[in-house]
Amino acid sequence: MPVNDRSGIQVTARYFAVFREQAGTTTESLTTQSTTAAELFAEVSGRHGLEDSIALCKVAINGELAGWDQALAEGDVVLFFPPVAGG
Amino acid sequence: MDVRADKLDFEITQQVIDADALQRKLESDRAGAYAAFQGWVRNHNEGRDVVSLEYEAYGPIAVSEGERVLAEALQRFNLLKVAAAHRVGHLQIGDCAVWVGVSAAHRGDAFDGCRYVIDELKSRLPIWKKEHYAGGHSGWINCVTGKPR
Repeated sequence: MPVNDRSGIQVTARYFAVFREQAGTTTESLTTQSTTAAELFAEVSGRHGLEDSIALCKVAINGELAGWDQALAEGDVVLFFPPVAGG
Repeated sequence: MDVRADKLDFEITQQVIDADALQRKLESDRAGAYAAFQGWVRNHNEGRDVVSLEYEAYGPIAVSEGERVLAEALQRFNLLKVAAAHRVGHLQIGDCAVWVGVSAAHRGDAFDGCRYVIDELKSRLPIWKKEHYAGGHSGWINCVTGKPR
């Protein structure tokens, strides 16, 4: 259940590949007012200087690929994937 | 149990890809065609000399999404069996980074299904590569431009 009172919600953000290097960390716990994955990405992008456009990136929430408009809930683990380059 | 379970096989591995072993997984008395694709580490990209490639994957989602791609290919192209493997870790020039193979009754479906699988794997799986260049620099590759950052 999404909560968005003034105190915000606690989530965990995880970073991969170039995002991990730009953020300087693999994982961080944060308290946020962001209500969606996209808002949280905008928030952490600004703070960490993540350079990629959201349109090219993917997000997973609690182990499943998710849409950027997915609502965040207390305790969510949000994985930020930079543009993929397999093969 | 999923009826597709014995028809598809996907793995992320740190080991050298054994193409012969993977090919054997596709055998079927009903198959008249087999098509396979290998992606190799090449020694250049965008005009730069590449000496090695480092692949990183987020395993849990790479596997679940990889299996989804294979299941789609089975259905869309009337394949008998499909298998794929993507290697992670530090690879050298000439190493096989990704292998895709399919069996089908006829060659058209085999070629099309194989092409579908590699294209979808490249665009959908959380896998990243970092190029290491002659001279010691390195850069993560952007999938859209193919260029280093």
